[in-house]
Amino acid sequence: MKVLYFGKFREQMKRAEESVDLPQGDQTVASLVRLLRARGGDWSEVLSDSGTVLVAVNQRMGAWETPVTDSDEVAFFPPVTGG
Amino acid sequence: MACRVQQADFDVDRELQAFCGGGTQTGAVVSFVGLVRDQLEGDDRIHALSLEHYPGMTERVLANIERQARERWDLEDVLIVHRVGCLQPGDRIVLVMTGSAHRGEAFAACEFLMDHLKTKAPFWKKEDTDSGSHWVEAASSDDQAVNRWQRS
Repeated sequence: MKVLYFGKFREQMKRAEESVDLPQGDQTVASLVRLLRARGGDWSEVLSDSGTVLVAVNQRMGAWETPVTDSDEVAFFPPVTGG
Repeated sequence: MACRVQQADFDVDRELQAFCGGGTQTGAVVSFVGLVRDQLEGDDRIHALSLEHYPGMTERVLANIERQARERWDLEDVLIVHRVGCLQPGDRIVLVMTGSAHRGEAFAACEFLMDHLKTKAPFWKKEDTDSGSHWVEAASSDDQAVNRWQRS
């Protein structure tokens, strides 16, 4: 699946996007987060708090329990600051 | 109806002229322009501001915010223009215009659109200041501003 990072997260992860292979089976945003956090370092730190990490699945706001499949686009970003 | 995300500046006079020429049912047009400030808390000053967004999702969210405003008020027209990229203090960032038969609806809808845009649309600001560059944190006052529109 395609995973995107924006704002501060893009800088901390040192990438704007990447392709992630999610294992077969019932998967959610939480399973993807677990997979990414297992990398340790910034990954573990940045994605640790569901209160400050926003997630969008296919460009719609999602939550930790939102189901995801390999064809989805998932984006992680901090609270928005436009206007 | 239009929602635009662009790097280029916008011409407020030209946009207003076009907006007012839409139809004779409109009796009131309200416009809001957001500018880059240079003053932060204390003595820290902003030299530049860079604005990042999520292409695709941003347009979708802006269109959705506009739809909510139109469901709530009887609006003749809506325009949202938001800039991205590198901006300087004094630059225009955002333009919102609302047109309706009477001013009350146009004023309320304009404020509703700005409050939702600030808290729902995927934009992120990074400030380049005297003390270094840092990402702007979301303000709780913006959350309070948007929450007042919730219907019980």
